[in-house]
Amino acid sequence: MSERDNILGRIREALKAKAPRPSPRDGAAPLPQPPAGGARQWLPPVGRNFKDWVELFGKNAAELKADFLLVSSSDEMRQALVSLRDAERWKSAACHSGLLPDAICPVLGIPMVHTDKHYDVHMLEACDVGITECDALIAQTGSVMLSSRRAGGRALSILPPHHVVLARRDQLVADLPAAFELLKTEYGDNLPSMISFITGPSRTGDIERILVLGAHGPKKLTVLCV
Amino acid sequence: MSSYATKFSRDARRVTSDRRLRQTIRTALHNYEIARDRHQTAFRDWQTARQAAAETKWEAINLLPQHLAEFADKLAVRGTKVHWASTAKQASDIIVGIVQARGARSIIKSKAMTAEEIHLNGALENVGYEVVESDLGEFIVQLRHEAPFHIVFPSMHLTRGEIKDLFQSALGDAPSDDPEALTMVARRVLRKKYLTADVGITGANFAIAETGMISITENEGNARLTAALPKTMVTLLGIEKILPRMADLALFLPMLATAGAGQPMTGYNTLYGGPRQYGECDGPEEFHVVLLDNHRTELLADPQQRDALHCIRCGACLNVCPIFRNIGGHTYNTTYSGPIGSVITPHLRGLQDWKHLSAASSLCGACTEACPVKINLHHHLLHNRRNAVKLKPSAREQFGYDMFTSVMNHPFVWWLGKKTGWLLQPLHNIVKRSPLDPVRAWTKTRDLPPVPRHSFKDWWRKRK
Repeated sequence: MSERDNILGRIREALKAKAPRPSPRDGAAPLPQPPAGGARQWLPPVGRNFKDWVELFGKNAAELKADFLLVSSSDEMRQALVSLRDAERWKSAACHSGLLPDAICPVLGIPMVHTDKHYDVHMLEACDVGITECDALIAQTGSVMLSSRRAGGRALSILPPHHVVLARRDQLVADLPAAFELLKTEYGDNLPSMISFITGPSRTGDIERILVLGAHGPKKLTVLCV
Repeated sequence: MSSYATKFSRDARRVTSDRRLRQTIRTALHNYEIARDRHQTAFRDWQTARQAAAETKWEAINLLPQHLAEFADKLAVRGTKVHWASTAKQASDIIVGIVQARGARSIIKSKAMTAEEIHLNGALENVGYEVVESDLGEFIVQLRHEAPFHIVFPSMHLTRGEIKDLFQSALGDAPSDDPEALTMVARRVLRKKYLTADVGITGANFAIAETGMISITENEGNARLTAALPKTMVTLLGIEKILPRMADLALFLPMLATAGAGQPMTGYNTLYGGPRQYGECDGPEEFHVVLLDNHRTELLADPQQRDALHCIRCGACLNVCPIFRNIGGHTYNTTYSGPIGSVITPHLRGLQDWKHLSAASSLCGACTEACPVKINLHHHLLHNRRNAVKLKPSAREQFGYDMFTSVMNHPFVWWLGKKTGWLLQPLHNIVKRSPLDPVRAWTKTRDLPPVPRHSFKDWWRKRK
């Protein structure tokens, strides 16, 4: 017998003695599984419309020490990227191909590493910025949801010291349940090998619980949304 | 008393008189409480969310064989090698085998309590590998050759000054005691390790049956790097980590962050469903998932305490526990400390050796109140006490209770005892707390109220 059979056998044996369902408070009926209406009914409220969500995403981003800029055109997005380049004196950048990066990134005019095919990880590490698309922005938590398929692989969004996300307005979703629904409709059974919910720049509190940004991943996270 | 119990008492006594350490713990946890309360109240309904989380975990555990099989099969379909380990030894042998087969030279590791549980680093170092912990707190305690102090905040017992001295002596690089400067030292050192490591080892917070994915929660991005750069990725997780559906994370991710660290959402929550897939540009060539039993099925076989397997290792029960706050994490001498550790360690490592942990509780219930999946922790401590006595009754205690029963059943003997107590009291005051004190076990750390001349009963009778 394989260890798999051994372990599953022991589990089946152990489960023969039934444990009662966790008792709800005040004698209420047990919740259906999966809960009807999902987690939305208990999670923090997010407002009703797009305007509320933009405002909430901005507020959350500020609290997380991420930068969020809503721009009205591709030109404005290019300008925003150029001012970041000048302010931080970027010498090289990394990105992947996609509608937004293809339209926006060439304006930088600095050496670019592309992570679409095989790339040199040391060159990526030396870049000042990693520019990616995303799968969604989540107003409820100020998170960026991205995947290995939609954002240039696993390393691009975590290795360079500054991560710039290029997003579209229609990618902003209200809350976490909506983000998971989106994954289902978008990918079905064929999910990317990595899906990450990025909530603010890399951070640690391991020394005296004092917040320090840029523990291992990006020190800065900028979300540009057109 | 077992030797573990003796050591526990000795260490507890030492730490409770270390005011500086207790102050460090208190400061760290005070800020946590403020942040946690703020984010809990942001929920529309935190209490029902706890109930929902508890029921989801109950369902996950109740149908564990189906969920685990689905999880493993879905992972395998996308090229992941799934391993099953009944014991700690098997799990570390499997991982050592993977590392050897890959001809690896260096290993980078992100935080995994299961790896602490099976002493994985020791096993890998024994066969000549260097394992580098990449979580900052774990990196710090690894340099000190210590176990993590807390399951979520491994280095919370150290001050910045101590960490500066440590970096100076171990790394030869500590510009100042500023937390940011110290963090940047670790960042520089570990960057090099990431780029050269052949194998990355991680733990997992959740295992999603529906999609065959693991989910890792972290703030620093070290697990993201561990899962991105090395050619081989190994994830070690307990069989109880299962969640039925991916959408369950919409509830569990914010609850874990809020209960565990007082954050609305942890910095990086990442799902992994396989090695690099066709058409993807990077990621590991090989992905191994090791599912660990290591006595979990024994805990599962106890329907009364089974819900201890619902634990999502957020650490909330440690943070609010008055015992943890005063004796600290190392005193427990276990992988999992605090209330949850006291509940599960006797199952994982032997009831008689670890029953003293169940007594190290004020039964105040703060842990149960804090638990996001509603594990009835302080009740489980009582269960452990009861089970320990049932299996190995203490003749002395039994004698004591027999005496007590017979005294309580005979009013005259009770009355006689009261009077004798009152009469002998002045003598007791002379020897109180000295080695001659017959009830020193009590008076050493507690007050003994004076026996009054007249009892309530006397007073009541007179009043009538």
